Amino acid sequence: MSLIDSVSLPRSFRLPRVDGLIQWIVPLVVIAIWQVASVTGFVPTRVLPAPSDVLLAGWKLLLSGELVRNIWVSFWRASIGFLIGGSIGFAFGLANGLSQLSAKLTDTTLQMVRNVPHLALIPLVILWFGIDESAKLFLVALGVFFPIYLNTLHGIRTVDPQLIEMGRIYGMSDGELFRRVIFPGALPSIFVGIRFALGIMWLTLIVAETIAASSGLGYMAMQAREFMLIDVVVLSILIYALLGKLADSASRVLERLTLSWHPAFQKR
Amino acid sequence: MQTALRTSLPETELASRASFAPHARVVREERPQQAIGLPLSIRGLRKSFGSNEVLRGVDLHIPAGQFVAIVGKSGCGKSTLLRLIAGLDKIDAGSISFGQDTQPEDIRVMFQEPRLLPWARVLSNVEVGLGRDRASDDAHARAEKALGEVGLADKRDQWPSVLSGGQKQRVALGRALVSRPRVLAFDEPLGALDALTRISMQRLLERVWRDQGFTAILVTHDVAEAVALTDRVLVIDEGRIAHDVVVNAGRPRERGSAELASLEASILSHLLSAEDRT
Repeated sequence: MSLIDSVSLPRSFRLPRVDGLIQWIVPLVVIAIWQVASVTGFVPTRVLPAPSDVLLAGWKLLLSGELVRNIWVSFWRASIGFLIGGSIGFAFGLANGLSQLSAKLTDTTLQMVRNVPHLALIPLVILWFGIDESAKLFLVALGVFFPIYLNTLHGIRTVDPQLIEMGRIYGMSDGELFRRVIFPGALPSIFVGIRFALGIMWLTLIVAETIAASSGLGYMAMQAREFMLIDVVVLSILIYALLGKLADSASRVLERLTLSWHPAFQKR
Repeated sequence: MQTALRTSLPETELASRASFAPHARVVREERPQQAIGLPLSIRGLRKSFGSNEVLRGVDLHIPAGQFVAIVGKSGCGKSTLLRLIAGLDKIDAGSISFGQDTQPEDIRVMFQEPRLLPWARVLSNVEVGLGRDRASDDAHARAEKALGEVGLADKRDQWPSVLSGGQKQRVALGRALVSRPRVLAFDEPLGALDALTRISMQRLLERVWRDQGFTAILVTHDVAEAVALTDRVLVIDEGRIAHDVVVNAGRPRERGSAELASLEASILSHLLSAEDRT
């Protein structure tokens, strides 16, 4: 969430009914300009096909079932990889945030691994797993691990110590202290990690699918390139944009639901 | 109700309370029976942080139900003394006793910051104060009652972030009161409030203390507040109790009266002379 989002505008600037639509104005204007540029021949269709052609290509792929199948495969890989990497990252974040011993033992190692760009592992991963599912899941999980780990750790470390002292004074057990004070206090930071991780999740998956796969959106785009189907290539890119937006919206909804106490999320 | 309360209090307490009895406001119907203050005895209390000896042998007796203020220049150890009484820090030497075994719920602290859980509604923040009774069936009802006592019954479903500073501090007071404590320690609870809110909070503190009869210990840097609220003002200097001043004025007290003003001036002169030596 950007800084501007969290600043509430004066009432007179708010147009509640248009609020949900306003964010789509810019993408729609860009598409309109693009369409005009293509139709007038300002942009040659060899370079960039018109949005209408892209839409048509999408329609054909939809009818053949290829589009749905590829989106589904990519979506499945993304979610499973996210779940695996995210839960491991969360677990390490919890352990290292709550236990000094665990932090001393593993944090340095994790920081070293973190500084290796995970996409640099692609050749190694192909050697290990070939081009089957586990290669893609491994890479996505690895990419997702670090933002979630770092932000969970940060969230737990920065919980107000005065609140923890208060919890102790009022006789909370360790479990209760975690459930009522530490976890809710770390949650805003964990969500920051989730949103970073969602971005990395798509990036990793697309790169992996482009290099080594026999299905999925990245594969679809690479195939289309082989056959010079530029409209399908552009279609794939647009679908990435939409899926990325979708994932981000989902995490925002979750954030709104769980952080309704937070002043930044309160509706006035 | 007044007489019932008196018979169960020690003599010293009677003396300090007799003076306000004629002015007592309408006595509340539902006075808790068992929540009566505990006496407090401190002997030879010492506490150091590293090489810095903050408390150098404090001896003190506070009778049950007394309202005591602790004042002193900053860094004199007044907050340390309060934290030791509340059991938040370990004692180096000496002893603190309450005359009988106490439960954790018997002693409560209120800090300068409200320390409310921002992610819990006002009512569940108050429920936190029940300690081990949080899970009991009447937890809700008890928390609602405590919230009513601090005048925030209508805010039960609000998030703390929408409350004003004074309201947050009242919720914190409700949380401290909900377990019917027998000793309540205040660590500059009004320090961050504006002047008007302060005065209304002072009245609220005095009222709940009179209603419930707990032993109250107030650490403050505001001598006027100490004189207006309490039965006795302790001046701490160089890790010891340097002056022990009894405030005999009747209640309710008239702010700015000549009696309180002269008392305030004499306590301030003690504090300033301590300041000049350093």
